[in-house]
Amino acid sequence: MPERYAEKRFAGYFCTMAQTLTIALFGVARDIVGASTLTLPAQKQFTVGQLLERLRADYPRFTELRSLLVAVNQEYAETPQLIRAGDEIALIPPVAGG
Amino acid sequence: MILLTDTPIDLAAALAHVQTGSAGAVDVFIGTVRNQTAQKRVVRLEYEAYAPMALKKMESLAAEARRRWPVERLALIHRVGVLEIGEAAVVIAVSTPHRAEAFEACRWLIDTLKDVVPIWKKEVFEDGDVWVAAHA
Repeated sequence: MPERYAEKRFAGYFCTMAQTLTIALFGVARDIVGASTLTLPAQKQFTVGQLLERLRADYPRFTELRSLLVAVNQEYAETPQLIRAGDEIALIPPVAGG
Repeated sequence: MILLTDTPIDLAAALAHVQTGSAGAVDVFIGTVRNQTAQKRVVRLEYEAYAPMALKKMESLAAEARRRWPVERLALIHRVGVLEIGEAAVVIAVSTPHRAEAFEACRWLIDTLKDVVPIWKKEVFEDGDVWVAAHA
C-alpha cells in the first residue's frame, strides 16, 4: 500500500511542524462555506478522510451533497492519502460540466 | 486544442483545427444552454472551473481518446462564466480516418468530461438558482 508507506514516512515531519492548510472551494462548496478558500490549522498529520470528516462536522450541509471529493495537487485523492505541507488542496462537489 | 474560455467559443477555429487531409470524418458535439429544466424556465447558466485541474483532466481525456481511437486531431473547449440561452457551453471536435471512430471518440469525450472534469454549473431561474447535480 503506497498510502501506508507515505503515512509512515511523513508522520514525524507533520508532528513537529505547525502548518496551515488552505483549501480551495468551488460551486456549492463555496456557497456552503461562504468563502472561496478555507484555512485550517494542520498541526498534525491529516488524511483526506480525516479532512472530510472534519469539514462535514464543521459544515453539516456537506453531508447533503451527492458526493464530496478532495483533489490533492490537482488529482482526485482516496481517503487514506496523507496531506503534506505545501499540497494544493481543493474540495470537489459533484461536477456538472457540459 | 484544449481550452477553457470566458468568451464565446470559436466553433470555426475548432473545426479548422481538426480538419486534416488524412481524416475522412469530423464529428462535432456542441453542448448548448437550454431554456428550461424540469418545466422550469432557465434565465442563464453560470459555469465555474477549477481551471488548472480542469485543463489537466481535459488533457488526460484527450490522451486517452488518442489511445483508444485513431484520432487525427481533436478540440476540447469549455466555456466558463455567465452563459445566455442558446450559447455553446462545450465544443468537442474529433477527426478520424472513418466516421465510426469519430462518433465513438466524441461521445466518450463528452460523457467522460461530464463525469470527471472539475467544472460546475449553476442554473439561474426567475426566482432563485441551483448548483446542478449537487444534491441527491
